[in-house]
Amino acid sequence: MTKRVTIVDYGLGNLHSVIKSVQHFGAEVEVADTAERVSQAERLILPGVGAFGDGIGHLRNRGQDRAILDYAAKERPLLGICLGAQLLLDESEEFGRHHGLGLIPGKVTEIPREHVRVPHAGWGKLVGGPVGGNDPLLREIPEDSWMYFVHSFQLQPAAPSSILRICQYGPHPIPAVVKRGLVYGCQFHPEKSGKTGLILLRNFLDL
Amino acid sequence: MTASVKSSLASPPPRIIARLDIKAPNLVKGIHLEGLRVIGRPGDFAKRYFEAGADELFYQDIVASLYQRSSIVDLVKQTAEMIFVPLTVGGGIRSIQDIQTMLRAGADKVCVNTAATTRPEFISEAAAIFGRQCIVVAIEVLKQTSGKYLVFTNNGRQSTGLEAREWACRAVDCGAGEIVITSVDREGTRRGLDLGLIEEIVGAVGVPVIAHGGVGHAGHVLEAVRLGASGVAVAKALHSDALSIAEIKNHLVAAGVEVRR
Repeated sequence: MTKRVTIVDYGLGNLHSVIKSVQHFGAEVEVADTAERVSQAERLILPGVGAFGDGIGHLRNRGQDRAILDYAAKERPLLGICLGAQLLLDESEEFGRHHGLGLIPGKVTEIPREHVRVPHAGWGKLVGGPVGGNDPLLREIPEDSWMYFVHSFQLQPAAPSSILRICQYGPHPIPAVVKRGLVYGCQFHPEKSGKTGLILLRNFLDL
Repeated sequence: MTASVKSSLASPPPRIIARLDIKAPNLVKGIHLEGLRVIGRPGDFAKRYFEAGADELFYQDIVASLYQRSSIVDLVKQTAEMIFVPLTVGGGIRSIQDIQTMLRAGADKVCVNTAATTRPEFISEAAAIFGRQCIVVAIEVLKQTSGKYLVFTNNGRQSTGLEAREWACRAVDCGAGEIVITSVDREGTRRGLDLGLIEEIVGAVGVPVIAHGGVGHAGHVLEAVRLGASGVAVAKALHSDALSIAEIKNHLVAAGVEVRR
């Protein structure tokens, strides 16, 4: 059966790569630039490159923020990528304080600049978070799998149990995969993380 | 923070970046950013480097800045369909709209040079919209007989009068999330990277620094990594098959440097 996936288009970011990577598995892709299309989705990806304030502002201007909340209330799978993952949390301190979607309790904070270069840009290994485990999103993605990160701010979920995987960056454990119910966030870019990243997207299509 | 402290800042495992200079529709290569020769179709090379384990691809449209046009959007789109590693695109990026176009075509980061030196506020404006991690500033440097590293634009033809270190710091203050430093003297020569230049820039800024210009063998890459470069961009040595990505990574691993496999 052909899987259908809807990708939220809010005017920012590299939609093309996300679209192509899910089409890789034969999924039927719909790009949703309106609130209606978002709320009607069967499976939703919230991509994103950019600053938090701009991102949430664009979602609000199009009414897509409420549509995403409506969608998530139906307990359907949602995957936020990079900025898209950060937008799932309550708030961010990037260029001032901004409220997020609040689907995963917690906030987005700056990566401490001690001992490391920021932005965190490059490949990092996924290792077990406090929970680790056998989440279906991480099927066939073993410990120490490499993923591509490029970010200056990090996910800080309130509940440690929300963190499925981290990436150790110098002394800083960076939350890499977070989850609450069927709402997932990846700090890295699975669509840019070679074959391993594609496996994660395939797993998402199978949820 | 002092320079020595910045030199010791950790990076993720070093990225081996395949750099493709493009004069649409061709992949070209010259020496000292001049005397361009057509090498082949960029897509073929991009795919080959992706399969070979390149950590990132870098497309530089080398005519855009001179002729005020940018023609590689289609190429970026085609590449993003088959390449699932990050892609940085530079050349002729002058406006927020240019950045938007490249990102929507599938680029992950954009690289600015001339537009940034002419108007540094462009970096701040772009970083505020797209996030600083998205904005790479390219710095082309010619070493002067006095030993000073001076910044040039337009493929090393136009002097800005700026010193490399000073400009790198300014660019980062404005919001650059990464610096790609090209030694025009070494570019295309395979004689080795300008280590003095790399050391100076790595010690001056707290963002990732990518070294480019002059890699001839795997040992050259290791030298830059040891100095704290977050990545090394290789062009001619890869295109001519003088060096492979596997050779570079094997050499780094043998020297105790972790790389992505």
